[in-house]
Amino acid sequence: MTPTPAPGRRTPLARLRGPATFLALLAAALLLLPHLLEPFRLNLLTQYLCYSIVALGIALAWGRGGMLTLGHGVYFGLGAYAMAIHLTLAATAADPLTRGRLPQFMAWSGRTELPWFWQALTHPAAAVTAALLLPAALATLLGWSVFRQRVRGAYFALLNQALAAAFVILLIGQQHLTGGSNGLTDFPVFAGHSLYTPTAQTTLYTLTVLTLAATYLLLRHLTHSRYGRLLIAIRDGEDRVRYLGYDPTWAKTLAYALSATAAGAAGALFVPVMGIISPTLIGVVPSIMMVLAVAIGGRDSLAGAAAGALIMNTAQTTFSETFTGGWTYLQGALFVVVIALAPHGLAGLAHTARAALRRPRTPAPAQETATAGSTP
Amino acid sequence: MARTRPRTTPLAATALALALTATACAPAGTGTDDDTVTVGLLHSLSGTMAISEVTVHDAVQLAIDEINADGGVLGRQIEPIVEDGASDEATFAERAQKLLQSDGVATVFGGWTSASRKAMLPVFERNDGLLWYPVQYEGLEASPNIVYTGATTNQQIIPALDYLREEGHTSLYLVGSDYVFPRTANQIITAYAQAHDMDVIAQEYTPLGHTEYSTITDDIARTAPDAVFNTLNGDSNVSFFQQLRSAGVSAQDTPVLSVSVAEEEIEGIGADNITGHLTAWNYYQSTPTDTNTGFVEAFTDAYGEERVTSDPMQSAYNAVHLWRAAVEEAGSFEVADVRQALDGTTFEAPEGTITIDGATQHVVKTARIGQVNDQGLIDEIWSSPQPITPDPYLEGYDWAAALTG
Repeated sequence: MTPTPAPGRRTPLARLRGPATFLALLAAALLLLPHLLEPFRLNLLTQYLCYSIVALGIALAWGRGGMLTLGHGVYFGLGAYAMAIHLTLAATAADPLTRGRLPQFMAWSGRTELPWFWQALTHPAAAVTAALLLPAALATLLGWSVFRQRVRGAYFALLNQALAAAFVILLIGQQHLTGGSNGLTDFPVFAGHSLYTPTAQTTLYTLTVLTLAATYLLLRHLTHSRYGRLLIAIRDGEDRVRYLGYDPTWAKTLAYALSATAAGAAGALFVPVMGIISPTLIGVVPSIMMVLAVAIGGRDSLAGAAAGALIMNTAQTTFSETFTGGWTYLQGALFVVVIALAPHGLAGLAHTARAALRRPRTPAPAQETATAGSTP
Repeated sequence: MARTRPRTTPLAATALALALTATACAPAGTGTDDDTVTVGLLHSLSGTMAISEVTVHDAVQLAIDEINADGGVLGRQIEPIVEDGASDEATFAERAQKLLQSDGVATVFGGWTSASRKAMLPVFERNDGLLWYPVQYEGLEASPNIVYTGATTNQQIIPALDYLREEGHTSLYLVGSDYVFPRTANQIITAYAQAHDMDVIAQEYTPLGHTEYSTITDDIARTAPDAVFNTLNGDSNVSFFQQLRSAGVSAQDTPVLSVSVAEEEIEGIGADNITGHLTAWNYYQSTPTDTNTGFVEAFTDAYGEERVTSDPMQSAYNAVHLWRAAVEEAGSFEVADVRQALDGTTFEAPEGTITIDGATQHVVKTARIGQVNDQGLIDEIWSSPQPITPDPYLEGYDWAAALTG
């Protein structure tokens, strides 16, 4: 028999349960799955986990900070393109036939020299730094300027979405700089290592799992700090927080920028895993799917959001492989059912279920029992 | 007001997802056994491209049924594994990988957009697979792991320009959707125009799916070019041709030459909006060959009298037959053996006899200019004097030297 924990205090055992589960999952993911899954499935799982990293960031900005962001594809895309540009340069340099020449699409578009921002990404470290800093910088700039003006709610969401749409048009229109609608593809090497070996794929998987775990721990630490409570207070009553003497602008900007950085990191990991980045992967629809994954998983819970992305993408692949003809209906039905039955997502559902199990069993009032019994 | 969840978070959900992923791990495919050989069919069956790609998918299926009825390939029945590219490049790459690694298919027929082909290319090269790509495209590619059964630029765009020049149309207005094919096509057109004393009056791009063309059609009416070169894709053509007609531009004065409008699209545009305008392809439903009569009949028998056949469908249909011929020539399903046998493989196709050029893995084919009639079909009015050897990098054209860099 387990003693009922006093409210507000948890037994040492209960306090250990969270970290223990976390470590067990991490160990299973790192040690077990690479042996259980065939390479193709491991590659798919890595892609999904990249989306889980995005989901963690969105859970912070939207779940905690109340900033509904419908344009996270932009930040994912900035990280992805920074990495993809570097990998394209690396691929050009690695092939003796193309060494010293421009990437093919550029030469064909009439360019005679490498644009400055391509040159800047020649070094792998520069690419990784840019993948993290560019999204952070753009989000800080955008966040600071709109939160200061007290733009929020639907207006903020629409602004984000417009940003995603504009970013896609820019990428397509500047074909000579970005590869246009075809995007960038075919990345055989990173920092002198082939990306096409099974070892490389396992390494990318491990790296993605570790990034996901680190992001989770960092954001979890933040949300449980004073700052986390301030963020929730801002979400639930921004004006009241303002009256209390806090300036919500910096708190919101920080959460938004962190969330963008997570998306940038995910994008940078996604590119070598997937082998392609193109405007359709980061536009309005993918941005909405990123938010949808968080809604399904539960935006109030970091782990729920990460699981939501994993479940949504797994379901999508499974449905589409099994029911090639009508899988989109199944996917739509999944969204409707989850959102209708579990407005707080799967995490909310799990929480309710656990609370129901834990509730001390007091005998129900006699009358209620009788009524229930008489109901046919 | 939303409540903050306590920190006991649903790790169970994560575990469930991991379990789901693990169970989704199907046993590796067998590829071929003694009676059957599996091939992949990878087109968009959902999403914006489905309307076009489903027709190509149907044509591939028809070819497979024909071959199976005829005894199969090397005595084996073809068993297609159908996957949905979902109009999304990442999905194309992902499914290509599944077909090659998990299912171990002998070959894959698939793709439509350039982006989907670019996404699949590294997957096929990495796994040494063989992809049959059925759509005319912007050239500049010759992967040893892809066979291109549609036209490259010197088999469609350049002959179309030759035709316009022969007809004395020297000022051109360029309209296109904003993506790689139109932009590349227009670069070729501009270089060609410069070398041949032609004028490019304007170059306009609109996003895919755009429907508001009155500014452009008014501009065409005002500038009165000799011809319009149209690289718009999909639904945009419907709006463009309707609004062009409203602007009072007639096919007699200013013919529009389209490179992405086939029989299938004319249905949507409405024959009366486009009658008299021009198209450039290598095949039309009306192409007068015996094989074509049989092909159109077989297709309408299988899918309904109202269905039409188009160039990409025919190229996809040819791909299956060319693959069969190459496999039987090689006496093997192995990609390396089949590739050896590709050069010179011919097929009596609906568009006429076609031959694979081994050096580029493209198909030698005749270019045809057609004019839309009031039945919504296309009548051939010009064809290249002989079948054109594919030249995806335009190495045989001096004026294109500056383009390829």
